[in-house]
Amino acid sequence: MSIQNSKKQKSEAAIVYKKKQSPARETWRRLLKNKSSVISLVFLIIVVLLAIFADVLFDKSLITTQRVDIRIQPPSLEHWFGTDVYGRDIFTRMVYGSRVSLTIGIVTMALGMLIGGLLGACAAYFGGMLDSFIMRFTDMFMAIPETLLALCVVAAMGASASSLIFALTIAIIPGNCRLVRSAVLGVVDTEYVEAARACGMSDFRIIMTEILPNALSPIIVVSTQGVANIMLTASSLSYLGMGVQPPNPEWGAMIADAREYLRAAPYMCVLPGIVIVLTALAFNLLGDGLRDALDPRLKD
Amino acid sequence: MSENLLEVKDLEVIYKTDQKTVHAINRIGFTLQRGETLGIVGETGAGKTTTGLSILRLLPERTGHVVGGSIIFDGTDLMKLSEEEMRSSIRGERISMIFQDPMTSLNPVMTVGEQIAEAIIYHSESDKSSSEVEARVDEVLEMVGIPAFRKKDYPHQFSGGMKQRVVIAMALACEPELLIADEPTTALDVTIQAQVLAMISELRDRLGTAMIMITNDLGIIAQICDQVAVMYAGQLVETGTLEDIFVKKEHHPYTVGLFGAIPNLNEETDRLSPIDGLMPELLKLPKGCFFAERCPHCMEICKSVPPKAHVNGTHRITCHLFTSKDE
Amino acid sequence: MTNTQSKTPLLEVKHLKKYFNVKKSKLHAVDDVSASINEGTTLGVVGESGCGKSTLGRVILRLIEPTDGEIYFNGRNIRKAGKREMRELRKSMQIIFQDPYSSLNPRKSVYDLIATPLIVNKMFKNRKELEKRVISLMDMVGLEEGLYNTYPHELDGGRRQRICIARASALEPKFIVCDEPVSALDVSIQAQILNLLMDLQDEMGLTYMFITHDMSVVKHISDEIMVMYMGKCVEKAPSRELFKNPLHPYTKALFSAIPIPDISMRTKKFHVIRGEVTSPIDPEPGCRFAPRCEYCQEGCVGKEIELREVSPSHFVACPFVK
Repeated sequence: MSIQNSKKQKSEAAIVYKKKQSPARETWRRLLKNKSSVISLVFLIIVVLLAIFADVLFDKSLITTQRVDIRIQPPSLEHWFGTDVYGRDIFTRMVYGSRVSLTIGIVTMALGMLIGGLLGACAAYFGGMLDSFIMRFTDMFMAIPETLLALCVVAAMGASASSLIFALTIAIIPGNCRLVRSAVLGVVDTEYVEAARACGMSDFRIIMTEILPNALSPIIVVSTQGVANIMLTASSLSYLGMGVQPPNPEWGAMIADAREYLRAAPYMCVLPGIVIVLTALAFNLLGDGLRDALDPRLKD
Repeated sequence: MSENLLEVKDLEVIYKTDQKTVHAINRIGFTLQRGETLGIVGETGAGKTTTGLSILRLLPERTGHVVGGSIIFDGTDLMKLSEEEMRSSIRGERISMIFQDPMTSLNPVMTVGEQIAEAIIYHSESDKSSSEVEARVDEVLEMVGIPAFRKKDYPHQFSGGMKQRVVIAMALACEPELLIADEPTTALDVTIQAQVLAMISELRDRLGTAMIMITNDLGIIAQICDQVAVMYAGQLVETGTLEDIFVKKEHHPYTVGLFGAIPNLNEETDRLSPIDGLMPELLKLPKGCFFAERCPHCMEICKSVPPKAHVNGTHRITCHLFTSKDE
Repeated sequence: MTNTQSKTPLLEVKHLKKYFNVKKSKLHAVDDVSASINEGTTLGVVGESGCGKSTLGRVILRLIEPTDGEIYFNGRNIRKAGKREMRELRKSMQIIFQDPYSSLNPRKSVYDLIATPLIVNKMFKNRKELEKRVISLMDMVGLEEGLYNTYPHELDGGRRQRICIARASALEPKFIVCDEPVSALDVSIQAQILNLLMDLQDEMGLTYMFITHDMSVVKHISDEIMVMYMGKCVEKAPSRELFKNPLHPYTKALFSAIPIPDISMRTKKFHVIRGEVTSPIDPEPGCRFAPRCEYCQEGCVGKEIELREVSPSHFVACPFVK
């Protein structure tokens, strides 16, 4: 009997032969094919670069120096976004404000997703007592409104950017934990997880390489939307005087300050508002693109 | 020859999406007489289910299109009927279909009695009183071997085999002339499959229903069908009576391959002889015979010229091996 | 194929039990099953859905912890093996699943899938060697080299199952549990995979536990067959003997229920056994098949029916078989 017989399978034209590429490059290549995520990426890179090099590009003193002679001026070549009620350049304040807002948004989401995600993944993977314990614990926290919880923490720790981050992280952990748990539950019983266990893979490795990549879609979507959300929550806390303290600029606080002049000088409110919306949108679109790019099942 | 109940001629069906067009059925034709059972056998993706759906005009609206051919049912071309006529006078009333998965064919929030009653009420011409409908529901349930008192139960309270019985009861409630059974027992265990098959064939004989049995199991074909059609890549490569397929020596190489691939229960074999390769993806139709690439007897002509049918009485083989001898 | 006698068994299970907890009662998935498989042979396990055959395979690999009983692999009781020891043992005991669609991580390429067990168990010296090993495994199961960077969703069921087989063979195991490896495949592909499995067995001296519900497949591939019904082994015999001389009423019923592709058998109406599988939750002691059995008598319920050897290596759990 011929052994070759069972092993021969004619090659089909339908099969695509591909060169070996690292998964990261593959993902990158697919991401670049998505127009809206490329635009979002470019926008976000510009925002981030501006935030990083703000000291080089702008005069830091402009954000605090009050100049009565040029107060409430509409946008012009000199002041791109106009000036506010104290005569400070709004564009410069936006740029410096982005440092705070972006940091709060991204760091909080990353921390919250990391901690909440690990808790949720462990709860779903190990199940049993651990699951019940973690879930009851998060239930407890979920019973308290997010903003209220954050307010309490900030009140206890004193108002500053870092306590804001801490407070918001605690506030979002329960939600993220629940989200990741349900995403992981859908994957944990699959046969490829069982196959991984059968070949001797450790629990940690199974969670990291087999389960999380397959539970990624909802995590990415929620994370990127979350960044925008957190920026807004941070703004509202700032507005309540529980966040960044004036005269330091912060996006939300700036809009809050400008509200009084909505009639007289709408640009003071509208232009920063547009920036916030665009940033949030960019995060969302980038998240969508990333989700698709990370999934090899979607045709490229 | 008596009058044909169903006559399918040159049927061609495509599935079209933005990116690609799949030629699911490529000019097939067959006839079915009253009370007869046709078995369609073939692999996944051969177009068996599509054939069934086309007859009932149930192809997915956006993607599935019948691009050629006709389906004559009892003298009327189903392709020419309006959607409303199909719904009110053909589907469920004169032609019924049973699907593979009984779990998804039933509405989980209605009792099985209500679901059967619905089918009866929708299709009865004169208004039946509710007691008449109830009596009919009981009768239909008893017919498939389910005690009538269980009509108040919900689908999840039934086992897989029982659910398939309920589905069959619904399909037969209006005593259709044609029943299309799409792998009705694939999801069931063998002992339950035997029960359901025995019941289907008993009911078919009693009600005189014609049937199209779609399956991938040659065993089922041998046990309950009269006519056989072997389907490959959207074509009928071989058709004939049961004797033509199971007894006669001449066969299409694909049919030979199908038989060779099943381990035989009665004989000792060391190795199976599978068909090499895979069914072509029907995006672009090959020029010659669709089976040429996998065929152990492939000749030059097979790669360029589509084969014609070699007809021997009721037996039709679409293969160059036999047609070249005809000439 | 290979002779079944006169060797020490590679795998032996004794009185294996697995009960699942369901709402304060116990679901008897595997109930006191004993079996042994000699090196290089195949034990076929047949039964209908819910008879505990898949659970049995997983319990033996300790993917599910058994409730009670012993599992000996190569003479060693692995029931007591610790976590680290178990990881070592997993190299020589592998599993192939029914559904090649769900048993492959959709985010990994063919190369990564096959390389994973090698990486996890550090079975290579450098990247180059790993690559060479993966390619040779792909070649062994008949996957073209050019496919190594494709993803499972781009391949057909047969090729996917070949990936699963390559992955399971990567660690050069001695024993593989095949859990319905061909049930999800079309007949022509099914034959290709069955042939491949048999070739690998000859080449690598593999021992299989082959779980299936398909009688013709199990007959084709097995040396010995165990028939299971509701967590119990009702009959066990060498393959040829079982098909020639089935003794347990359930085995007989199973055989007669198979539609045979032969029209001379058509006159024989389906031999139909009545009823359906009863609930496996806290079953009464006694023969599980009794409620459906046409020979059922008084002695069948009330006490457990033992497996008896009625003729050399033919075991039946039915009091009425001579």
